[in-house]
Amino acid sequence: MATLTPTNVETVIGQAKTMVLNMGPQHPSTHGVLRVVLELDGETIVRAVPDIGYLHTGIEKSCEAKTYSQAITLTDRLDYLAPLSNNLCYCLAVEKLLNLEVPKRAQYIRVLLTELTRVASHLVWIGTHAIDLGAMSVFLYCFREREEAMKIFEFVSGQRMMTSYFRIGGLALEPPTGWMQRVDRFVKMMPARMDEYENLLTRNRIWLGRLKGIGAINAEDAIANGMSGPTLRSTGVDYDVRKYFPYSSYEEFEFNVPTRTEGDCYARYLLRVAEVKESLKIIRQAMDKIPPSGPIRTDAPGIVPPVRERMKTEMESLIYHFKIFTEGFSPPPGEVYQRIESPRGELGFFVASDGSPKPYRVKVRAPSFANLSALPKLCEGRMIADLIACIGTIDIVLGEVDR
Amino acid sequence: MAQAEDVQQDPVAERLRAWDPQAVAEVLEFRGERTLVVPRTHLRRAAELLKAAPELSFNFLSDISCIDRFPVEPRFELNYHLLSISRRAVIRLRVRAHGADPVVPSVTEVWPGANWHEREVFDLFGVRFEGHPNLQRILMPEDWEGYPLRKDYPVEGYR
Repeated sequence: MATLTPTNVETVIGQAKTMVLNMGPQHPSTHGVLRVVLELDGETIVRAVPDIGYLHTGIEKSCEAKTYSQAITLTDRLDYLAPLSNNLCYCLAVEKLLNLEVPKRAQYIRVLLTELTRVASHLVWIGTHAIDLGAMSVFLYCFREREEAMKIFEFVSGQRMMTSYFRIGGLALEPPTGWMQRVDRFVKMMPARMDEYENLLTRNRIWLGRLKGIGAINAEDAIANGMSGPTLRSTGVDYDVRKYFPYSSYEEFEFNVPTRTEGDCYARYLLRVAEVKESLKIIRQAMDKIPPSGPIRTDAPGIVPPVRERMKTEMESLIYHFKIFTEGFSPPPGEVYQRIESPRGELGFFVASDGSPKPYRVKVRAPSFANLSALPKLCEGRMIADLIACIGTIDIVLGEVDR
Repeated sequence: MAQAEDVQQDPVAERLRAWDPQAVAEVLEFRGERTLVVPRTHLRRAAELLKAAPELSFNFLSDISCIDRFPVEPRFELNYHLLSISRRAVIRLRVRAHGADPVVPSVTEVWPGANWHEREVFDLFGVRFEGHPNLQRILMPEDWEGYPLRKDYPVEGYR
């Protein structure tokens, strides 16, 4: 538990002691259970010490006691605003360990759904951040649109949030008929809705006053602190894993990586809005690319569950099915690190195998964890009210910070 | 343990060996990922060189992951995932530490972002980082006993 002791400061009327204020873990604007211990001189933050761990559930340890396929369900619970990104990263890591190639159709569907996740996650961010700063209506609008994305996830995977839809070697199920029409409706609706939010916020005087020039960081500090995602790109660095180290056929898609150079909260807001538009572009391209039919799983006996029909006629398929669900499969010993661009930045899964059906070690490189560690850099020397904007714009999800 | 192949030639390893022939003990490759095994005495200086040398410029530390190889000694294996944003290159450093006295030099001064990663490894594995400015538990309560991600710590905890 972080503690601070007050120190002496010079004030206008002479010497005074600073005040130590505890913020959280139940503070509504800390997005979950973040606690920040603040040392204050009046309303100015002298020091800020983030205290995390209130949501630690031992997911990494639990993964070691599950088979490779079972652990997918735990990855949903890390970044609960972008469960499909976590699924994707974990599956890619295990596929790398196994040297599995995933059919193109499944790769495109994965791209479409993770981009849809990014849109949904950024919508939550815009909404909650607006409500933190006092704009109630934007919150309601954003959640209305996000619900449409959630309905698509539910339609495809059966779950709104804990999807577990990506499986090792492909997808869990064939997407239902008519899902593409729903995506199409969503993609057609969104640009106008984004304009609506921008009308409400981008040139809003209160919004500008609360964000512009607040929580600024330069590129050098951001890189040194391991920040990634929109927080890093707001400083002018164009590091985006989708471009730098393409995965799941991202190299076949055309999109821009928006960057800004100001590095402040307002730049991060503009970037996320721009990213939503880029994601919609990728979704449109993916819709054209996805063939109407084709395999959604690789043919890897013993690793990927066989098709139901074949189990009824072939004995080997039945045996494989039984073996996969009773003992799992055993990748060769070795370690891999897979990184993807989650809505919050570089998400990494380090998976180590010892040749048994359970992962020897699963380490999650959570983008929020690294981004949050730079919070004192953003807010020290500023007002308490600015801290809310800083916490908001680094877009933390405590589920993946604490794991 | 790992079925990783031994690689003889690696430009990054060559660069480190040019500085000190002992700096890289092994170069491993598995699934296209390079791992340099660095003796723990050389870690701090190697980190500085990897970051500062313009032809390497590994300025971004993605992650520090620890693996507990219990009961094999040295049981702790720390993996540093480095990234060079300007060169679009990645490399993994690996340092091993004995269970009897798991101490590794801290790289927080080289990459300030290592601060929380090292605290996490200390919290969950009990590996200490020499020179760390604030080596305290980060995820577990501060009065917690034991290091939960060690292999000899039961998944259900002690009841």
